[in-house]
Parts: sequence; structure tokens; C-alpha cells
Amino acid sequence: MTTHSSGQGIGRDKVVEIISSVIKKVEEKGDTSRDAIYSELKDLRNLIEQTRRDISDTRMNEIAGKHIPSATDELDAVVLATEVATGAIMDGCDTIAAHSGELPAASQDLIMGEVTKILEACSFQDITGQRITKVVKSLKTIDEKVSSLLKILEDKIPGLPATEEEDTRVGDARLLNGPQMSDKAISQDDIDKLLADLF
Amino acid sequence: MSVDKNMNVLIVDDYKTMLRIINSLLRTLGFVNVDEATDGTMALDMFQKKHYGLVISDWNMEPMSGLDLLKKVRALNDNKDVPFIMVTAESKTENVVAAKQAGVNNYIVKPFNAETLKTKLSAVLGDF
Repeated sequence: MTTHSSGQGIGRDKVVEIISSVIKKVEEKGDTSRDAIYSELKDLRNLIEQTRRDISDTRMNEIAGKHIPSATDELDAVVLATEVATGAIMDGCDTIAAHSGELPAASQDLIMGEVTKILEACSFQDITGQRITKVVKSLKTIDEKVSSLLKILEDKIPGLPATEEEDTRVGDARLLNGPQMSDKAISQDDIDKLLADLF
Repeated sequence: MSVDKNMNVLIVDDYKTMLRIINSLLRTLGFVNVDEATDGTMALDMFQKKHYGLVISDWNMEPMSGLDLLKKVRALNDNKDVPFIMVTAESKTENVVAAKQAGVNNYIVKPFNAETLKTKLSAVLGDF
């Protein structure tokens, strides 16, 4: 018997089949050799090892420990950024509205009408914020479930390797990581200093 | 009878952006005494300390939702019949039914425009 690759899947049925075969051979009287039983047990061990490798390859620890927290942080940052930007737009509206009284009545009406339209459009931040918050909650639920599953697997299969996914990108592609979270990014001042030091 | 634009209005929303939008639109319509609360608990506390002529509240807030606020306001002894408008992204039929059963006076679905707000205010308070 050969060990199945991860793509083919290793079913519980296969394990049961091997164990049943071993039991049958042990129960058989007479001609069952130790080598035959040893061979079956070796297959079983290979299956278990392959299963462990397959579980490891899914890198569930990274899903729970890295990808999901990173995604929720990014989404929280989107909500914050749109809130700040919307606040700035509305500050501008307030300033325009405050000075509109200095204009002729017809112009004042026109300006206030446009300011109102801008304010109405700003409500996108509330709606997108609520939608994103909903997604963040769903991701956190998935995170909890994956973490629970991981804990169960670690308890059941001690020594489960926790391999980390390698960054396979090469060259300049490795530099493309998108906007950084504020706690991971360096400031403009730091960049200026760095540039001054480098050149 | 025209609307008393000097009445105290309480707007409740956990999003600062929405509070500012509603506040600005109300000011544009001539309302001058507008207070803000960021959740139902804060709003209820304010409501018990001051007489309000209108409450405009979001639904989805923590720890106290807009629906809970509405129910608590309707259960008070004083000013329990205050006009209450729900402004929310919750747009399912059961939401509208639940709000109506709790005693809401009108219901605005986000996003909304100034004209919709004015129309609903007129429906609740009378003509401007």
C-alpha cells in the first residue's frame, strides 16, 4: 500500500480499513506472518504522518494568528480613515455654510443647496462603516472557530509542526505590501531622517 | 400650527459622522437646540434630565439599541409620548413592524437625503 498524497485525501475509511486488516491478520490462526502485520502497521503510521503533514500544510495557525487579525486590523483602519476624511469634508462644509451669509441671497441658496448635497453624500461613511463592522465580526467568529479547531488538533496530535508560510515573491515584488498599519509604519520624519542618512 | 423650531431635539447615533449630518440638516431646517448622544443609555439619561420635543435615533447601537431606547422612553411617566423617529440602516419588514409596535412615530432608512428628513419631520411635527 502506498501513502496517499494530500491532493487525494486520506479518509477515515482508509485508516479503518488498515486497522481491520491488522486485526483480521492477528486473529487468523496459522499462516499470518509478523512481516505482514508489520507492513500493515507501517502503512498506518505513514498514513498518520501524511495526515499530520496535510494538517500542517493548511497552516491553520497562520489563519488564526496572522491572516484574520491582519484583515480585521486593515478593515478597522479603513473605517477610521473614512471617518477622519468625512470629518474633514464636513468641517469644510461648516466653514462654507458659515460664510455663505456674506453672499447675495441667490448665491447663498445655491451654495447651501450644494453643501446639503455634500452632507447627504457623507452618510456613506456610516453605511460603509456598519457593513465593514459586520464583516469584521464575521471574521472574528471564523478566527475563534479556527483557533478552537487548532487547539483540538494540537491536543490530539502532539508535535504538530507549526510551519510558517514563506514569502515566495522575488525581487521588487517583495516590496509591494500596501499601506502599513500605523504601528508598523515609519513616519515621514523617520523617512526624511533615513534619506538624509543615506544620501 | 407651525413647528416650534426652538424645541429641544435629541439625536442619537454611535457614528459621529451621522450625528454631524443630522445636526447640520436640522440646523439648515431652522432647529437651533439640538443635543447629541452616542448610544441609548446616554440618550435615556439625557432624556430624563431635560424635556425634549423630538428624538431622532439610530437603531444599531451598544450597549442600548435605539429600539430599547424607544421602549424605555415609552415606559416613562414623563414625556413618554415624545415624537420618536428611527433613522437606521435596518430595512427589513420585521424591523419596521417591531419599531411600530414599540411606538415609533416614523422610520427613515439610511442613506437618506434632506428632503426625506424634512418630509418625515413634517409628518410627525406638522408643516414647517
